Amino acid sequence: MPVALDDRDRALLAGSSGDGTAFAMRLVMRAAEVLGAQRLIDISGAHVDSCLYHGQASLDFVARLAAGGARVSVPTTLNVGAVDLLHPELWRGDPAAAARGRELMEAYRALGCRPTYTCAPYQLAGSRPKLGEQVAWGESNAIAFCNSVLGARTERYGDFLDIACAIVGRVPDAGLHTTDARRATLILRLAPDIPAALRDADVLFPVLGIVLGRRAGSSVAAIDGLPPGQSEDRLKALCAAAASSGSVAMVHVAGSTPEAATLHAALQGGDAPVETITLAELRAARDELTSALGDELAAVSLGTPHASLAQLERIAALLDGRRVAVECLVSTGRDVLAIARERGIETQLREAGIELLVDTCSYIAPILRNRSGPVMTDSGKWAYYAPGNIGAQVVFGSTADCVASAVAGRVVRDDSPWGDA
Amino acid sequence: MIGRALVLREPLSLWGGMDAASGRIIDAHHPQRSVSLTGRVVVMRSGRGSSSSASVLAEAVRAGTAPAAFVLAEPDLILEIGSAVADELYGVRVPVVVRSPEELARIVDGEELALD
Repeated sequence: MPVALDDRDRALLAGSSGDGTAFAMRLVMRAAEVLGAQRLIDISGAHVDSCLYHGQASLDFVARLAAGGARVSVPTTLNVGAVDLLHPELWRGDPAAAARGRELMEAYRALGCRPTYTCAPYQLAGSRPKLGEQVAWGESNAIAFCNSVLGARTERYGDFLDIACAIVGRVPDAGLHTTDARRATLILRLAPDIPAALRDADVLFPVLGIVLGRRAGSSVAAIDGLPPGQSEDRLKALCAAAASSGSVAMVHVAGSTPEAATLHAALQGGDAPVETITLAELRAARDELTSALGDELAAVSLGTPHASLAQLERIAALLDGRRVAVECLVSTGRDVLAIARERGIETQLREAGIELLVDTCSYIAPILRNRSGPVMTDSGKWAYYAPGNIGAQVVFGSTADCVASAVAGRVVRDDSPWGDA
Repeated sequence: MIGRALVLREPLSLWGGMDAASGRIIDAHHPQRSVSLTGRVVVMRSGRGSSSSASVLAEAVRAGTAPAAFVLAEPDLILEIGSAVADELYGVRVPVVVRSPEELARIVDGEELALD
């Protein structure tokens, strides 16, 4: 069935607002066809991932939009780019590549986007859409967080389509924008052999996310068996890892996420097959995140997705006045860093020898000085992508392990929550 | 169009998974790491992972390293949009074809495929 357009949609497609907007409208229409949507609906905001440089094609695309006079029509935040515009000295690669990355980031700002340059827009005041609100978000961790934790509604808007939706202010009425598609179709139940301490440990969440991504693929699962009221930072780690190992765009965590006050609510009154996640599977997934052997340590990378204020405070508390003995990088958003500066947290971290990175991430850009030796992280997503992207050997551990290791200058891991210490 | 099938044993995210400069698989977790996708009809159950894969596909088209087509068991919006943008910018189409899981399973690696 063809997509039913209203008069304004037809006018945009015909070029009433310029060639750039018409191009954007063609992409939104293509998306509507692929998704089988019967109409387009309005959105209240967008988060755009297209500002990360992936080659000349990235610049060619935004140049076409700009030449055609396109501007965003809804409040729009920007995802990370290739360079830290506030700390350009941290770039340790080809200066020409940095210049292209910067050019792209600025080109998106020129289309009217807010220069947030963060993969965690949900940590920004003023860009947390409410339960049920329709938006168009890019960046896989942000998409999963938006749907799962905020209960706002977005499909997976990949590069190009995210900005196209922001320009026309419309999205296909399909997929996770609709209530039906948000129903859990799989229940993942934590097995009785998983210790209570692990069920309530930060380190579980990135690992559980990796398992979730593999088990759920692109479907909406409900996780059952975690203590209720899990924090946003834990759910963030879960979502980011699940969107790395799988195409998870939404997950219900019974008792913690807004559309899953109960398992029954996540199922919207229906039923779904139950699969069990065992301790052995979690341990195996944890072990697979580590590619380096021994206790040698070259660097530590924290803050993927971008650290929240609470996470920066926790790192400072874990350091407790001690200095790091190896390179230690913490990524966060520029707006979060500004608050951390006001509260004196930035100073505490810098005095401990930590480098703070904004606007980008250490696994997509040549930032780390020591990429030839093992790099330790508390992020399932970082552990998953860094070997391919920057050739890093990885050691995975909890945030506390990472800080202890950074201070000791060698890998220190407390595996007691896993019951195999 | 006709192309030689490359049957992927696991879904691949082009972002973090394909190097657009060389056309090869770089995902360290992928069983077919270092295999070239260039000019092949890439057969996989579904796309996977990052929403940046559309950019990698468009860049691969620009660089001349892109697959000839994709055959999937379910529609993939990210690959479709990458393909649509490459078509608008560079006039090259990378068809994204959906086949039933049964048909997909019958495709043999290296087989010449005719796609409409």
